[in-house]
Amino acid sequence: MTIPLLDVAELSRRFPAGRRSWLSRAPGPQVHAVSDVTITLGRGEALGLVGESGCGKSTLARLLSRLLDPSEGSIRFDGRELSFVPARHFAADPARRRIQLVFQDAGESINPRFTAWDAIADPLRTLLGLRGEDLAASVAEAAALCGLPEALLGRFPHQLSGGQRARVGIARAVGPRPDLMILDEPTAALDVSVQVTILKLLAELRARLGMSYVFVSHDLNVVRLLCDRVAVMYLGRIVETGPAEAVFRDPRHPYTRALIAAAPALDGIRRPVPLLPAEPRSPVDLSPSLCAFHGRCPDGVERCLQERPVLRRMEEGWEAACHFAGSKHGALPQTLPG
Amino acid sequence: MIASFRHVVGENPVTGFAFALFSLLVLAALVGPSQAPFDPLASDTMASLRPPNGLHWFGTDQLGRDIFSRCLVAARLDLGIAAASVALVFLVGGFAGLAAGFYGGWIDMAVGRVADTVMAFPLFVLAMGIVAALGNTVPNIVLATAIINFPLYVRVARAETVVRREAGFVDAARISGHRDMSVLLRQVMPNILPLMAVQMSLTMGYAILNAAGLSFIGLGVRPPMPEWGIMVAEGAGFIVSGEWWVALFPGAVLMVAVFCFNLLGDGLRDVLDPRRRT
Ligand SMILES: Nc1ncnc2c1ncn2[C@@H]1O[C@H](COP(=O)(O)OP(=O)(O)OP(=O)(O)O)[C@@H](O)[C@H]1O
Ligand SMILES: [Mg+2]
Repeated sequence: MTIPLLDVAELSRRFPAGRRSWLSRAPGPQVHAVSDVTITLGRGEALGLVGESGCGKSTLARLLSRLLDPSEGSIRFDGRELSFVPARHFAADPARRRIQLVFQDAGESINPRFTAWDAIADPLRTLLGLRGEDLAASVAEAAALCGLPEALLGRFPHQLSGGQRARVGIARAVGPRPDLMILDEPTAALDVSVQVTILKLLAELRARLGMSYVFVSHDLNVVRLLCDRVAVMYLGRIVETGPAEAVFRDPRHPYTRALIAAAPALDGIRRPVPLLPAEPRSPVDLSPSLCAFHGRCPDGVERCLQERPVLRRMEEGWEAACHFAGSKHGALPQTLPG
Repeated sequence: MIASFRHVVGENPVTGFAFALFSLLVLAALVGPSQAPFDPLASDTMASLRPPNGLHWFGTDQLGRDIFSRCLVAARLDLGIAAASVALVFLVGGFAGLAAGFYGGWIDMAVGRVADTVMAFPLFVLAMGIVAALGNTVPNIVLATAIINFPLYVRVARAETVVRREAGFVDAARISGHRDMSVLLRQVMPNILPLMAVQMSLTMGYAILNAAGLSFIGLGVRPPMPEWGIMVAEGAGFIVSGEWWVALFPGAVLMVAVFCFNLLGDGLRDVLDPRRRT
């Protein structure tokens, strides 16, 4: 059996919430941004990561791209454990070149004093040690791959359109030829029409260069089109993961169902149902012994308050964390919220 | 740089005026001592306290020295002290603030304490104390002026660094393989340099005023060396007897110099801002 490119086990990240008195030794309140996340990703595979705002997608993306140290858990990349290398020192790690990140706000992620050319050249210089003509050739190649005309390369970020900036951000990440690209809502800041061209570009690049993607998005349709598998997050935990097509066709977790019901249909005919009523629970000091979705869940029963459902296998490569999942919706009512 | 300079000056004539004034001051500091029409130290008791005239443009003082020449020659000393102290505090205060903002923790705490300690004093009194304790030599005036500006530089550099430490492009630089030092020096620092340059120009004005002030109260440069503060101090006694020009001209030159650097600060911000480049 070949080792997966990325093998993440029980990864958690907590943040201190508010100030803790430095006199007391007791731990202060904590935000559980990412809890117990286990995922694997094969070579060339694309995993979509969906969930509503604040559920920990960006935190997970930052953990996986080694910008942030986990509180617990393991990140194995190509068979090597990376969580032992502190994020501060990861810049010098040989795996740095192989894991690249595309940021949500491309404009913000480009140094305002860099031209597009400088931005694309930067990782090529530091990670690959390219200089002079080699560097220029590689920059030109990365720009061409991402559909950036040469004439734009001399511009500063504020002189580029949103779509062009997104291309610069992608070209910068693609330049070092990573094996794993983590994309944190790469199109969230763009107009719909531009989004489509950027998504096409991303799909094309993956096919061409054989990269693996972890694609963070809150747009389910995008994930469905671009990804082989999907992981649905709720308050820091993965509540359902499986083959994208199958999960969308037959979601097993009530939260996934609500998300899908709320997404506009691809054919544009079905009207989206508004997303769940009420707010999610506070991520601060979440109780470990109840289902975090209880209270918003249309199916919640007494048991959900006493026992947190764990991920259970539905079918091969398909898991869901709901007491009632997998029983082919057994006793559950089929009605969706709204 | 040149192009954006033209653009900014074209847009804002006040900045152009400040730059012209600045060039004039620098020129005076460079060639003043060699080009002054009279020897600034040569007294001529026959010609003492002459009002401004064709020969002595700013008049003469109680010893018959040409005030215009003295003002001109003093430019090198006054601007030199101010520039040296600003350069010193820029390097020390700027890096301290940068490190404090970037690393946080104990570095931040230590730098903050030092800055707070300085801030606890009335700044001019502190400068007086330093010069009085160490002796009133030019290097000590430079040091005292630098020390009283230290908290300001720390605060500006730290605040700007804290904002940029969290900026997306800093994460992007890490992803691109830059280590801490490199992120700090090549990504964060170049982005706060324009603000520091603006700060430098503004504090240049205060530094000139501070150095002249120390000399004015007798804790700075000593007579008979030509220096704007001393000249104002010496001339002050003659205002009541009607010889206004002895204090007025050095005072006016001092004021123009301070004013110039303040105006320049605003202009510099525009020139150095990459968003203004087209
Ligand atoms: N540096 C931090 N310090 C403290 N709390 C943090 C930090 N980063 C994230 N959090 C918290 O962790 C939780 C998850 O945040 P995260 O940014 O990962 O969410 P997200 O899913 O990316 O949301 P969005 O869709 O809005 O981008 C939030 O409650 C957030 O407040
Ligand atoms: Mg996010």
